[in-house]
Amino acid sequence: MSKSTSTIACTLGLGTILLLGAEPAFAQAVAPQWRFLTFGVFAAIIGLTMYVTYRAAKRVKTSADFYAAGGGVSGLQNGWAIAGDYLSAASFLGIAGLISLYGYDGFMYSVGWLVAYITVLLVIAEPCRNIGKYTMGDILAFRNNPKTVKAFMAVSTITVSTFYLTAQMVGGGVLVKTLIGIDYQYSVIAVGILMLAYVIFGGMVATTWVQIIKAVLLVLASLIMVFMVWYQYGFGGPEYFQKVIGDPNIQARVAGLLGDAARNMTPEQLGQRFLEPGLYLKSPIDQISLGMALVLGTAGMPHILMRFFTVPTAQAARTSVIWAMAIIGGFYVLTLFLGTGAAMLVGPVNILAADRGGNMAAPLLAQFLGGGPDSMLGNLMLSFVAAVAFATIVAVVAGLVLAAASAMSHDIWVGIVKGEHATDAEETRAARICSLIVGALAITIGILAQGQNVAHLVALAFAVAASANLPVVLLTLYWKRCNTGGVVAGLVVGTLTAIGLVLVSPNMTYPLLVKAAQQKIIETSASRIEQLGADLAAARDPVVQEVIQKAVAAAQKAMTVAQAEIAKLGSNTTSLVGLEKPLFQLRNPGLISIPLGFLAVLLGSLFYRDKRAVDMWEELYVRSNTGIGRAKAAAH
Amino acid sequence: MANPTIDWAAIDADPGFRELHGRKIRFLWGLMAFSVVYYFLLPIGAAYFTDLYRIKVWGAINVGLLFALSQFLVAWGIAFLYARKASQFDAMAEQIARKADALGGRQ
Repeated sequence: MSKSTSTIACTLGLGTILLLGAEPAFAQAVAPQWRFLTFGVFAAIIGLTMYVTYRAAKRVKTSADFYAAGGGVSGLQNGWAIAGDYLSAASFLGIAGLISLYGYDGFMYSVGWLVAYITVLLVIAEPCRNIGKYTMGDILAFRNNPKTVKAFMAVSTITVSTFYLTAQMVGGGVLVKTLIGIDYQYSVIAVGILMLAYVIFGGMVATTWVQIIKAVLLVLASLIMVFMVWYQYGFGGPEYFQKVIGDPNIQARVAGLLGDAARNMTPEQLGQRFLEPGLYLKSPIDQISLGMALVLGTAGMPHILMRFFTVPTAQAARTSVIWAMAIIGGFYVLTLFLGTGAAMLVGPVNILAADRGGNMAAPLLAQFLGGGPDSMLGNLMLSFVAAVAFATIVAVVAGLVLAAASAMSHDIWVGIVKGEHATDAEETRAARICSLIVGALAITIGILAQGQNVAHLVALAFAVAASANLPVVLLTLYWKRCNTGGVVAGLVVGTLTAIGLVLVSPNMTYPLLVKAAQQKIIETSASRIEQLGADLAAARDPVVQEVIQKAVAAAQKAMTVAQAEIAKLGSNTTSLVGLEKPLFQLRNPGLISIPLGFLAVLLGSLFYRDKRAVDMWEELYVRSNTGIGRAKAAAH
Repeated sequence: MANPTIDWAAIDADPGFRELHGRKIRFLWGLMAFSVVYYFLLPIGAAYFTDLYRIKVWGAINVGLLFALSQFLVAWGIAFLYARKASQFDAMAEQIARKADALGGRQ
């Protein structure tokens, strides 16, 4: 172990050097004189996770330890770890940002992410714990042809994980660059190296504890911020929302979003509109499609399902989902206050200026609450939120890499290449080597994808999980006639339709359409500035004048941004697959691809004969419902 | 992992297991169907019953906001309900497991 100890120390050193020593490309959030605070907080959090990894490395001796923490994680611990896996930077920063920019729609968007866990709780967690061992492939291999289904499931696991991973790496790189001002490449490499240290040395034990630490810090940071926001408004419910609708920043934002429709509305009506649906989510069908992908996709996410192999019993699996629901749900309720608080105190204009996706809402709110950009406490709080966001990205990536690497080593290498004949030491080594391969791949993809729009990749990962992984797992567990033919058909059809539909959907960049849309923004902003100019001339009250001047500044900013967007596109006229406009109108393919995935499993099973799938049904069904057979297996 | 001495078909045919299975399936899928319907009412309502969502209930707090918040309470409620019901299922499963032991199936 001394060898791995010194390697951990080296990795810690290298990670810190990359973070601390890299020449800042530009600093947006933390002013240079306060940079030392950022480094202090980062070093403290990274140091803590490294210490945990060092402790974990001593406990990881077998492949069961590496893949599943030896089945020794408690329900409560696993609940926090699931929350840690799930509350990625996209939900921590993204949803708070959406609420700060679009109000009600942002909050409504968060609901599906929690409801998703009802599926996990009721129909997935316990049977998976009773049937599976380390991977999703294990669940399918129980009654289907093991080599065939493991091969297809491993490919699907790696596909889903890679999509999610790419979104996390690119998002993380941009975020770290914005938050602490180091180069994109360095941030991607720093995230990658730290994550690899957790996974390779500490396996699932370290990954679980890093998730727990990060989830606790995330919830803690949010609680403190919500307390500080609410404190300013006297802790009242209706009183708080009265302040929200009366806020000039929010009223100006709604006026900007509504354009001409806002002309005859009073300021109070504009503010109230922020708490009503329709500012962000324009297409109800798309909403439902996304909802389906979330509600069914979460239960098909390899890195989430993998967490159920780490607990000793089905009861513990159940407890862990219930804890996860309490934590995740509580967190989303907090983001309602983080988002509206950021909209009032920081203002949508400043949030958009820092990051167009709204990701900087929570960090900027932290800075404001601590006393602003010039104060020490403000920068300390910003640094803390930035460090938590960084830890979030590293931890989520670690979970994804572990899921993909397990599929590679356990399903493909041991299950198929070695025909289940590998010693435990060989398998553990293979798992570490596969983690290294996946990690290197993640870093490479992260660097190559710089500047690409990857936001849709998260939705795509959920869509593939819901259209391919969930149908095959669900029907293997609950449908007597399901067999190898159905599993293969479901995985292939579900994955390909989900990916294919996204490639021809509005998620891709269509240069001609973007140019037209930005041109419209320039025109409306120009007419708005003109109108506001007239209002300003008529206004006598200095307070009103100030509000109008702010609105003019916002409109001018919107114009500059739109012009920059047009310039960025250059002379491109077609999307990635050579289309001028989308063929398929929904951003989320779930509405079509999920039913197709289920249908493929049904048809595939009916047209294929597989005696083993029928013979093993009774055993699978009794085991999944009673836990007989498995309960002893984990008690070592 | 497979234990050849357990007669899975016998357990599957056992009335105790059949009853556990039936009750579980009805309870779980019923709850599942309810939660899915309740959840999809939110985006559907937001799209087609916007006027309803706008009705102010308590100061600036409107029906839409309360409905979205109720989704959290309902999700937690389902989790709570299931946790309570599941302990009954656990007891039934434990009995079946003991019966399997009595048959000499489990070492």
